Amino acid sequence: MRFIFKTKYSQDINIAKHNGDRFWYSLLILIMVALPLVLDDFYLGEISYICILSIAGIGLMILSGYTGLASLGHAAFLGVGAYTHAFLLTNGIPFYASIPIVIVVSFLVGAVIGIPILRLTGMYLAIATLALGFIAEHVFIKWEHFTGGNRGLPVPQPEFLGMSFYDSVFFYYVCLVFLIAAMFAAINILRSPTGRAFVAIRDSEIAAQSLGVNLGLYKALSFAISGAFTGLAGALLAHYIGYLAPDIFNIFLSLTLLLLIVVGGMGSLHGTVFGAIFVGFLPQLIAICRDYLPSSIGSQPGLEPMLFGLILVFFILYEPLGIYGRWMKIKLFFELFPTYKRQTFKKQKVFTKSDRV
Amino acid sequence: MQLIQLIIDGVASGCIYGLVALGFVLIYKATETINFAQGDILMLGAFVAYSLIGILGMDYLTGFALTVLIIAVFGFFLDAVVVRQIIGQPAFATVMLTIGLGFIFRGFASIYWGTDIFSFSTPFSGKITEFNGLIISYVNLSIIIGTAILMSALYFFFTFSKIGVAMRASSENQLAAYYMGIPVKFIFSLIWSISAGVAAVAGVLLAPITLVDTSISLIGLKAFAAAVLGGFGSIPGAIVGGIIIGIVEQLCGTYENYLFEGVREISAYLVLILTLIIYPRGLFSDKAEVKKV
Repeated sequence: MRFIFKTKYSQDINIAKHNGDRFWYSLLILIMVALPLVLDDFYLGEISYICILSIAGIGLMILSGYTGLASLGHAAFLGVGAYTHAFLLTNGIPFYASIPIVIVVSFLVGAVIGIPILRLTGMYLAIATLALGFIAEHVFIKWEHFTGGNRGLPVPQPEFLGMSFYDSVFFYYVCLVFLIAAMFAAINILRSPTGRAFVAIRDSEIAAQSLGVNLGLYKALSFAISGAFTGLAGALLAHYIGYLAPDIFNIFLSLTLLLLIVVGGMGSLHGTVFGAIFVGFLPQLIAICRDYLPSSIGSQPGLEPMLFGLILVFFILYEPLGIYGRWMKIKLFFELFPTYKRQTFKKQKVFTKSDRV
Repeated sequence: MQLIQLIIDGVASGCIYGLVALGFVLIYKATETINFAQGDILMLGAFVAYSLIGILGMDYLTGFALTVLIIAVFGFFLDAVVVRQIIGQPAFATVMLTIGLGFIFRGFASIYWGTDIFSFSTPFSGKITEFNGLIISYVNLSIIIGTAILMSALYFFFTFSKIGVAMRASSENQLAAYYMGIPVKFIFSLIWSISAGVAAVAGVLLAPITLVDTSISLIGLKAFAAAVLGGFGSIPGAIVGGIIIGIVEQLCGTYENYLFEGVREISAYLVLILTLIIYPRGLFSDKAEVKKV
């Protein structure tokens, strides 16, 4: 077990807690940078997709994992980001100018939607965001001037820094840089007073309020920040897909994002990456499973949603802290080796919490 | 005249929304969880009815009753085995759990029954009656009458029967009910089974109109609008909310030209959002106002 001997106050807010962290994360970044030397285009494309999913996951994690607000319509923000980006690029705005505009637009959309909706709590919020997701999908279909409707909208792939987005190695680096930047931004937001306020709201609204947290403001802010991250992911997703159709941004995508954060581990940024890896490779996993099942079951289109549901239920019931939670448990087991207690991670039950007055 | 015709059609589809919403409300009142899989249970009901009536060739009424029974038993064990484990966890966990269950049901249905669109014959199919120039199909009539019968049965059950009163007591105050010797866990599972049974009724009544395929589970999402409009937690509110949603949808569909294109599909969700923003306690709420920040 490692004990950190603190000699300066600033150590409390260091991003890396000790040299071990620094070493491993630097190594991880080095490996990620060196990956194109080893992997071919297909796997680079997959990993770029995982980076995009992670960015979207960070957005939803800030909202659901850290502020405790469920959103069942987060694909709408991906859609807003993707369509805004494609629209701007089509009208000749360069890539480096378009991305900040996309982030600002998604932030504002999040704030505008957030302010009336976030007066609601718990279940009502989940239902309202679900409805918003559907409304957004219909707006994407019907607002043809902006989105091309059901015909779809081709995404221009402009030159950026003299490179083309068709080059998968370049696109991989773009996604990686944005993921690292987004991760860094998220870590900093979460250790600032704003992020502390989010966590306080999640743990107890009443306690947060009595400590001077303006609930409405911070919930709307959380929604807006979450929207900004997800919108950025949407812009990258537009490049990845290449051709936008409204039915991409449906309820299934929203639920996939939720699956991502639940499987990864609620309330941890590591979890978004673990979850994104899981969700990104899930189609491959299912494809492998199909080979081992009898063909009458293996060829069914219903297999995917069924496995999706089974995984979700399994994690909610048996591993509510997700993959990252399992990793923490294993790590703690070896750190405390002979004295590890199962009860350390026992689920706390809350019986007194009630929506009723 | 056209308006009255539209309203009758709206009431019929509204009754279905109302029945599904009723399922939400029963479970919410009792356990403060929302069953996002309600629409999928409705779908299972329609599929089971198709198996019994369409494939095995049972009599319509026998098949209907058996379907409701099967789904009700299924609902009982769904709570007793799966959902009960989640009690005491944050609301988010329940939302995710029931969404996951919904996916499992939908996946199971498309694996077991296939992704085709099925139909089975009912005594009401294709028959219409004319009344003062109004055209009413037997199917719509069966939905309205079926809802009325079910509602009065539930009313008498909750008012006069011992188990019904025990259910209301458990919804009101779990601890007090437990001290009075009511087996609260068992009662909650029974509430789940009633709720699933009501969804099955809705599914079988709906089957002649929409036909049977996995996409009918989306009705569950529109029924949220009905439940919220009626004030989550009120049984008459759920039905009235459902009927209002049904009528609004019909009117939006007909007068689409005066509003904007595609308003019909999202009208239920618009009503939902507007209700939550303007009057979140709903029409018939018996509780204090929904908590606001």
